[in-house]
Amino acid sequence: MTLLSPPPMPGTSGTGVNPSHPDGADDQPRTVGRLTQDDIASLVAAFVGSLALTWLVYFQLLPLSGKVGFLFCWYAAFLAVYGLVSSFGNPRPVVVDRLWGAAVAGAAGVVFFAVLSVAIYTLVKGEGAWIHGNFWTHDMAGVGPTETLTHGGITHAVAGSLIELAIATAVSLPLGIGTAIYMVEIGGRFSTVVRTVVEAMTALPDILAGLFIYTVLQLGLGFQRNGFCAAMALSIMMLPIIARSADVSLRVVAGGLREASLALGASRWATVWRVVLPTARSGLATAVILGLARAVGETAPVLITSGASTFFNTNPLKNPMNSLPLFIFSSVRSGEPTYITRGFGAASVLLVLVVVLFIAARLLSREKTKR
Amino acid sequence: MTAVADVSPASPLPDDDKPRSLGSGIGGSDRVFQVSATGVGAVVLVITGAIGLFLGYQLIPTLHNYGLGFFTRAVWNPEQNLLGISGVVVGTIEIAVIALAISFPLALGTAVYISEYAPNWLKGTLVALVDLMAAVPSIIYGLWGLLLISPHALYVARWINSYFGWVPFLKVDTDPRAAAFSAHNYVSSPFIAALIVSMMVIPMACAVMRGVFAQAPIGEREAAYALGSTRWGMIRSVVLPFGRGGIIGGTMLALGRALGETVAVLLIISPEYDLKFKPLEIGGITVASLIANQFNDASSSQLSALLAAGFVLFVMTIAVNTVAAIIVNRSRSGAQTDA
Repeated sequence: MTLLSPPPMPGTSGTGVNPSHPDGADDQPRTVGRLTQDDIASLVAAFVGSLALTWLVYFQLLPLSGKVGFLFCWYAAFLAVYGLVSSFGNPRPVVVDRLWGAAVAGAAGVVFFAVLSVAIYTLVKGEGAWIHGNFWTHDMAGVGPTETLTHGGITHAVAGSLIELAIATAVSLPLGIGTAIYMVEIGGRFSTVVRTVVEAMTALPDILAGLFIYTVLQLGLGFQRNGFCAAMALSIMMLPIIARSADVSLRVVAGGLREASLALGASRWATVWRVVLPTARSGLATAVILGLARAVGETAPVLITSGASTFFNTNPLKNPMNSLPLFIFSSVRSGEPTYITRGFGAASVLLVLVVVLFIAARLLSREKTKR
Repeated sequence: MTAVADVSPASPLPDDDKPRSLGSGIGGSDRVFQVSATGVGAVVLVITGAIGLFLGYQLIPTLHNYGLGFFTRAVWNPEQNLLGISGVVVGTIEIAVIALAISFPLALGTAVYISEYAPNWLKGTLVALVDLMAAVPSIIYGLWGLLLISPHALYVARWINSYFGWVPFLKVDTDPRAAAFSAHNYVSSPFIAALIVSMMVIPMACAVMRGVFAQAPIGEREAAYALGSTRWGMIRSVVLPFGRGGIIGGTMLALGRALGETVAVLLIISPEYDLKFKPLEIGGITVASLIANQFNDASSSQLSALLAAGFVLFVMTIAVNTVAAIIVNRSRSGAQTDA
């Protein structure tokens, strides 16, 4: 700043007013991070030059092929050319800075390209299935392995997923939030034990939840493979997630609110019910949605506990019940091209469902931070 | 003042003037609340604890049936009832470590890009994108990997084999320069499975790292710039050292997730239960995919062996996660400067 403004007149320094700029209009802060002409020119030159060079060497001079290899070589050539071009007019730290900047941006680019390709690939591959109306209104009962995509649909999987999620939520929501209330509002030494165990259970690999239910409920107590067992396995996965994030959102409720309520003569139960829980409402909703988003895509537990039925079944206690992840898994495993397309169609539905849940969670938590 | 002085000697019975006891009177409804909340906590403790104990308890019949060789044998042969998990555990660690080697630079680069390079208007979108990537179900990554990535990864594996085949563990038992390309030697390999798992764990690691980088003290950043540092110089000397705990912790959280991944590995890999260190070659196994493959036609002793294998996996995951949590928490507390 001071380098750009003219030196102050003797005797005026220290007053804080620059006499040559009485209005202060010229006295704007210099933007530090702006790209110079040299920055942009080197970047563009290296980008184009390395593309041309790699194309020439890779496809024309060497007997190489393959898009992945080309991209790798191009990126390597780009870094080399960029470093070389930069080193002509710049000191070493600038060259190092530019190269690391390019490397970091490259890593980020790969990751974001991968995310987008996952989403786009799933939606595009599934289009053959979800474009047909019957995909949304039929189940797979009586659909042969070679039938075209104008037969059969995923209503049984969607219904199964919704029923299993509803049961799992009904079990894990009260238990999860109740545990969080216990850990935050009652506390004590025992609650430390509970918190430690709950945190440890978030590390439980999903397949073990399924295997536990399979062994205890199905082999031990004689349950059939059905939606109820799948829901139990899902609730084991959801419970620690809900309890942990609810614990966090209850802990940030201001202590002053609790004390004010108690000082007004409210009982502790009334304080929790009328002050703490309403204050943490959006955080609790986020906790539940996070649990749902995790449970809706869990494949391994439902794979073990519930059979992949082809027909519409709304009774969780009788007969196998399909769900979206299980439908995707069994369709792809079958190897039949039309089934794979149906699997991608179901994957599109699942992806959209997860995105919707995710956006809902973000909107809720944003509401909280605004307040 | 004088009024008070007048009153106190006038009270005839000073013994009645005891202080009221505070806070000891818990009403009926509060007692119910306290008991029921403790009850819920206890129920959850029992449920969750029961799973851990139940899995651990299966070690007893397993060791009884298969002996200590259960941990050292590398074979899973239900017909001869000869089971051992050393190959499976090694396979699990192998896939997790490769996945980590791929995901670490990408996650670190993405975290640094979001927190230091991305323009402000883009930052929120990128953070949301990474969080969303964490929420995408693993089955969808599995499909993507199986049908989109796997055919390309094949050629990468062949390339590595033909130029780095002299490294023992990068060798594939086939001639890379043979006239006919034998693709079936390269498909369904631990390398491809690890590639997919790495995509799954990047968002977890990246989110933790970015969170720590964002807390790097602004005073030290400006001090680095004021001393004439370039942006990368500032990152290297301020952000990365400050975020070291987050980098290590986030990577270990990713490792915990990679160890327990089931479906994506199950879709990709072709099961092989012996002890091998050839990640580029077809065949391999992890504990989770072993369970998914074998649970259906397991006898009761084999089922408890599967549960015991699951317990080993659970212990590994918990150990990794606990260490990660300790490292992340430690790095956040007390690391702030007064600047």
